[in-house]
Amino acid sequence: MIAEAGLAALWLAAAFALVQLMLAWGAARNGENPNVGMLMTALRRTALVQGLLALLSFALLIALFVRSDMSVVLVATNSHSLKPMIYKVAGAWGNHEGSMLLWVTVLAISGAGVAAFERRLASATLAATLGAQAAIGLGFYAFLAFASNPFVRLNPAAPDGQGLNPLLQDPGLAFHPPTLYLGYVGLSVAFSFAVGALVMRDVGPAFARAMRPWVLAAWIFLTVGITAGSYWAYYELGWGGWWFWDPVENASLMPWLAATALLHSVTVLATRDGLRAWTLMLALVAFAMSMIGTFLVRSGILVSVHAFAVDPTRGTFILALLGIYIGGALALFGARVGTVTQGSTFQLVSREGALVLNNLLLSVVLGVVFIGTLYPLAAQAAGVQLSIGAPFFNKALVPVALALVAATAAGPLLRWRRDNMNALAKRVLIPTAAAGLAFAILFALAGGAHFVPVLGIAFAVGLGVASVVPVVRRNLRRTPLYVWGMVIAHLGVAVSIAGMAADSAFKTERLAAIQVGQNVTVGPFRVTLAEVRPQIGPNWSALEARLQVRRGDGKMFELFPQQRFFSTPPTNTNEAAISTLLDGQLYTVLGQGDDQGRWQIRLWWKPFVTLIWLGGALIALGGLLALIGRVRRERRADAEAWA
Amino acid sequence: MRRVLIWAPLALFALVFALVAGGLIRPGDRTVHSAMVGKPLPALVLPALLPGKPGVSTAELKGKPRLLNVFASWCLPCIAEAPQLMKLKEAGVEIDGIAIRDTSEAVQAFLARNGDPYTRIGDDKVSRAQLALGSSGVPETFVINAEGRIAYQHIGDIREEHVAELLAQLEKAK
Repeated sequence: MIAEAGLAALWLAAAFALVQLMLAWGAARNGENPNVGMLMTALRRTALVQGLLALLSFALLIALFVRSDMSVVLVATNSHSLKPMIYKVAGAWGNHEGSMLLWVTVLAISGAGVAAFERRLASATLAATLGAQAAIGLGFYAFLAFASNPFVRLNPAAPDGQGLNPLLQDPGLAFHPPTLYLGYVGLSVAFSFAVGALVMRDVGPAFARAMRPWVLAAWIFLTVGITAGSYWAYYELGWGGWWFWDPVENASLMPWLAATALLHSVTVLATRDGLRAWTLMLALVAFAMSMIGTFLVRSGILVSVHAFAVDPTRGTFILALLGIYIGGALALFGARVGTVTQGSTFQLVSREGALVLNNLLLSVVLGVVFIGTLYPLAAQAAGVQLSIGAPFFNKALVPVALALVAATAAGPLLRWRRDNMNALAKRVLIPTAAAGLAFAILFALAGGAHFVPVLGIAFAVGLGVASVVPVVRRNLRRTPLYVWGMVIAHLGVAVSIAGMAADSAFKTERLAAIQVGQNVTVGPFRVTLAEVRPQIGPNWSALEARLQVRRGDGKMFELFPQQRFFSTPPTNTNEAAISTLLDGQLYTVLGQGDDQGRWQIRLWWKPFVTLIWLGGALIALGGLLALIGRVRRERRADAEAWA
Repeated sequence: MRRVLIWAPLALFALVFALVAGGLIRPGDRTVHSAMVGKPLPALVLPALLPGKPGVSTAELKGKPRLLNVFASWCLPCIAEAPQLMKLKEAGVEIDGIAIRDTSEAVQAFLARNGDPYTRIGDDKVSRAQLALGSSGVPETFVINAEGRIAYQHIGDIREEHVAELLAQLEKAK
């Protein structure tokens, strides 16, 4: 019964989306009619019900996984009765159909959120926005119902399930996809706002202020999702790397880059009524990148470690949806943006100027990642086999990233509208001096061998100092929360870049085959293989090494890397053992044993690598503070307007 | 100029759409062929694995076209292709083998069960020869021409329908 109820809820949600689209059409066309209020109320409630129904459908799917109902194909192929409960729940979205249902659920809930909370926009524009959201929803409901139904029954029921890919059986991963999806799909709201604004020719500060919290919220989730995903890949895959420029990673990075640019341009629009057309474009591009990302992952068209549903029918279906939504929105943009009047202008040396520079540089990064991701496909069309990896991206992006860091440092130190170079030069004096000093010290220590990473650390130091300047000599208690948000997010960028550069410059790696009792050194550590012993877990068994580690004359501590064997489905994984210290991480992996009793041990010493994820967390925290600050301020402004 | 800029995103998207649609309709052949095809065999001297059967020294693989089969006793598709290899041997083709990451006992048992088409078997404990040949897995079969060049590479197990193609390639390699 649960499966049937879930499917019914899904179809009902689709029906409500259709009603929502029609009500939106009516309300948008009759914006001047005094009775439109009733229509708007109906529209808002329809959007709420649609969101609740989608949520119900997803909750029922989770219930099927929790009960290990093996009469449902999806459960039988992706779960197992002996799996720990958290992975039963996470199994609901650890597969194609379930993750698409989650996608649609987030989409519907975002629409419901707009319907519930948005009071600022003109009613016709809001109606057009909710209509656009419903239109997107309809396409993906159709995709679920016709090409990816998660509720298909299996008759007769399977005796037990086939299990979940052990790589995915990790607490970090249980929450990684939902977080990313909240970000990806949250951007659909910005897309719908832009479509609504284009349809009604209503682009201005009010539109920007209405859109901003949604962009911020989606961007926070994306930041958290990418940071957590990077850390998951780092400790779970056992390769010692934290970013692989894999197509699927790029698919999550591209919407983030577009959303970051959007976040900054929407501020110009909200504060100074500038960059109207550009902001609309970015809102469309950000969600377009999310959908293209979903498509790349789902279609298996690019070779990737992540691709888990290689199915041409589904690929074609999503591609058709992409064509309709992105193509349609871009055509609308082309047809309508000429009628959007130009906003305010500004001088080159100004806060707006720096934000435009930031936008251009982010667009360059986005372009490079986009081309690098799709180039193998273009080459394939020309009959050439190739893959593009880290060397291309690093070479192409490092100079742009350094310029971006400089622009990020200078931007907040500039005044809106116009400023002069001499004043800016004075304000950047201390950060520049700090960067120069850091460079001199590190260059003296490390020499020319690591020139680029050392330059990266110096830039990061400069940005770190510059990012706190806006709150220096200010009354801290009266500093608005969103200014704190900016300061902390920019500081996070500095911290993260410092971590990346430190890891690339100073990490040491050691691969050794040693017998029990022997030792190897890596960086400042001496590592002794004390024993290799069996271990038993809930649904796996493992060989576990006991490594005794000593740093100089310091206290000895132990690490336990494992090779795990899962029986359902039969798979081996490496469980790295990582010791986190104040100045970095020691990363250990147990490899194969040979017939002479020697074990392969891989060791990495990665100084300050943790800063990468700490920086990511700071960026997300900054976003959160900015979001709270903005929403509070808007509330207050509303209250004053009514008083 | 402004008009062009306004429509540029749509044009760019249309381009990407066409590219991706093309990729979907015509899924690319993702097998990666060895860069060594057409080049002389790399110089390799692999020790014998079985008593009474010589190892493989690539300098000796000249004079007439032959097959060089990369296999392993632990590889299931290798069992599947064994009857076809025997058929090729009966057709008078000389077949040499390179055993990947294997032991003498395991290979002996494997040959006893599935037949032994090999003139020579070289022992490649750490896949060194496999890497030198540009082979990415087992089984793979190379056609070596009379001058000792790699003329053709067959990736995966040899099925019934591949035998004729291999015989034709051997004929061409004379």
